[in-house]
Amino acid sequence: MIVELGHFALLLALCVACVQGASVLLCRGLDEAEMSARRLATRAAHLQMALLLLAFLALAYAFYVSDFSVALVHANSHLAKPTIYKLAGVWGNHEGSMLLWVLMLAAYGAAFARFSHRLPDGFVGRSLMVQGWLGMAFLAFLIFTSNPFLRLDPAPFEGRGLTPILQDPALAAHPPLLYGGYVGFSLCFAFAIAALMQREVGRDWAQWVRPWILLAWISLTLGIALGSFWAYYELGWGGFWFWDPVENASLMPWLSGTALLHSALVMEKRRALVRWTLLLAILTFALSLSGTFLVRSGVLTSVHAFANDPARGVFILAILALFTGGGLALYAHRLPGLAAERGFVPVSREGFLLLNNVFLATATVTVFLGTIYPLVLDALALGKISVGAPYFNAVFAPLTLPFLLLMPLAPLMGWRQAMFMDGLQKLGAAALAALLVTGGFLLLRGDAPILPLLLLAASLWLVFGALTDLGVKLRPWMAGRMGARAWPSAGLFAAPLAHAGLGVMLVGVIAASVWRVEKVVAAAPGTRVDIAGYSLRYDGVRDLEGPNYRAETARLVYLNGSMAGAQLFPERRFYQAERGQTTEAAITKNLAGHLYAVIGEPVDDKRVLRIWYHPLVALIWLGGVLMALGGSFALRARIGKQCGAA
Amino acid sequence: MTRLRPSSAAFAKAVAVIFLACILTAPTAFALNPGEALDDAVLEKRARALSLELRCLVCQNQSIDDSDAPLAQDLRALVRARLQAGDTDDEIRAAIVARYGEFVLFRPVFAWHTAPLWLTPLLLMLFGLWLALRKVLTRQPDTPPPPESPPEAPPET
Repeated sequence: MIVELGHFALLLALCVACVQGASVLLCRGLDEAEMSARRLATRAAHLQMALLLLAFLALAYAFYVSDFSVALVHANSHLAKPTIYKLAGVWGNHEGSMLLWVLMLAAYGAAFARFSHRLPDGFVGRSLMVQGWLGMAFLAFLIFTSNPFLRLDPAPFEGRGLTPILQDPALAAHPPLLYGGYVGFSLCFAFAIAALMQREVGRDWAQWVRPWILLAWISLTLGIALGSFWAYYELGWGGFWFWDPVENASLMPWLSGTALLHSALVMEKRRALVRWTLLLAILTFALSLSGTFLVRSGVLTSVHAFANDPARGVFILAILALFTGGGLALYAHRLPGLAAERGFVPVSREGFLLLNNVFLATATVTVFLGTIYPLVLDALALGKISVGAPYFNAVFAPLTLPFLLLMPLAPLMGWRQAMFMDGLQKLGAAALAALLVTGGFLLLRGDAPILPLLLLAASLWLVFGALTDLGVKLRPWMAGRMGARAWPSAGLFAAPLAHAGLGVMLVGVIAASVWRVEKVVAAAPGTRVDIAGYSLRYDGVRDLEGPNYRAETARLVYLNGSMAGAQLFPERRFYQAERGQTTEAAITKNLAGHLYAVIGEPVDDKRVLRIWYHPLVALIWLGGVLMALGGSFALRARIGKQCGAA
Repeated sequence: MTRLRPSSAAFAKAVAVIFLACILTAPTAFALNPGEALDDAVLEKRARALSLELRCLVCQNQSIDDSDAPLAQDLRALVRARLQAGDTDDEIRAAIVARYGEFVLFRPVFAWHTAPLWLTPLLLMLFGLWLALRKVLTRQPDTPPPPESPPEAPPET
């Protein structure tokens, strides 16, 4: 019954989305048409979200009580599964994850309707209308090709279980965060389309759109970081980024979203780059959609390419073509009518932000090209090639370097016009610190190839540069010159934190890639293993019984140093229901480095032990969190400003 | 994570999950087995570097260095044997490509059919810089239409 209610709510949500999508049309000719359309769309947005929430909760309930008469629950759940993974199973599959997608789409729409009361009627109505169109398309996709509420008759007694590798807390949180990013960019798209339809990009357009870009960007940043962290500890050897097509699918909207974030800043402060910003808003969402298409259609050679259902692929391709093509056509059509833009001088904040956009656009296209090039070549019968990590590393390293070198300067440049040398002088100490620390790495960790070293130095220069920038910004408060205003505004911390976060992340990436130590041995109980200054004793393996798996657990004991006596328990788990196996690495985590231990197959009476030392690897995700934190400060400042102005 | 043994279509569907899960990358990344590594540190370093650029053909998107598939193991042994025989990296790559095709290379060769792949990033960046430069060099006076005034309504189409 509850499932049918959910199903009904889902169908009703499609009807409501249609009303929302037709709001402007329906209200045409009424007195105060724009205000009526806005009111209609606002109510529809709230109702659509309420209905989808109901549908989602109904599905969650079916998973919670393990109602195997629902085909989706049967295919993805199991009685023996812990409750948290039963619930995470709601979005641990195609249909449920698409339901989450449309729920978040509706939630963004409703949130915008709720927080936009000071924006003009025409703009809000049209933006919500575009959101309604997106809702229609994706709800139709969900209902007609991937309905999560289909029943089985007779109902089976037991489910098939959730893929073991997904039974993990990080992966339970990964999809909602990632979708929060993908779907969040739909609002930027809707804003751009609404502005183009009105033939006018209002003065405040950038100011309206920035909080939503920030929200989506923060969510996407955290989602990618969490996914990377999960891959690191779950996939068995400590890799954190594989340039896998599906990773690339999430990286592209991130890169272009980051560009959008910065170009919208130029647009807001200087009313320049207006056309480029609109284009980026459309393209960023298009990349979110094409990520969905690439993954869902099964055109990629990737383990993620599971949804090999051509009907779904074609449907998503149609949605992609419709919205991207339609958006770009409208853009091209209305472009000549847009107001003239201000120009600017090269050495200025906006000049540097323009460089930032050149780099991020190039990076986005590079990832896109590397991802689809083999597909295109194959389709044209020009040969089968692979494009993998070595390609991306080879291209990205030299591409990134010059921009990393310029990046610390950008926040020190004033708007309109700045002196290059002034900025450079402030960064003298940062440069010195970066070189010293790089030298320290060389002394402590040994030699490394030149390009990674240059990148390391540049990343450190970025970190110290961001600190310098923060120092410069905080100086008035330190000196007590700001009088009554005891606390600096949150916005001051945004750029320094986010930029330092990128630097910190890159330091982690480079150190963990260049100075990783690996040891593979076949060990009998009692064997001693030495790695990176640690000594460990292997004590053998014993069997364990988990809630829905059996495991074999090895014990490793530290013999020396401050860790002496500490133990590690790497596991191999066998999930009976799903007939799958996972490797649970045991990791000693500290900031200086992670000791990462995994057990493998038995070899005679011995056991394969694989132990890695990953120096500074934690900085990768710490950097990701810092970036998201920087974004949060910017968002906080923005919300504070709007409340203050109200 | 580790070898998942798909036993039915429904299982494959279960694997479905996400496009979220982005990072599922490939099953079992397990590098070398004990005793595989060469004693000569220089040769071993070259072997690892080469292995990272060679694709395991029976796995999904994994290098032979990461994979524990038997084919990957054989290829690792082959690479090491040829290194010990004194072959250069290019000779080894060529031999493996001759047997398995270009698909085996994770870093595509530079040739006519891959030139766009290798050159686009550079050309695009130069093009972007040129556009940016043009924008700042041909700048209008700093006081274009006052931002307060709405733009002229474009002709109705």
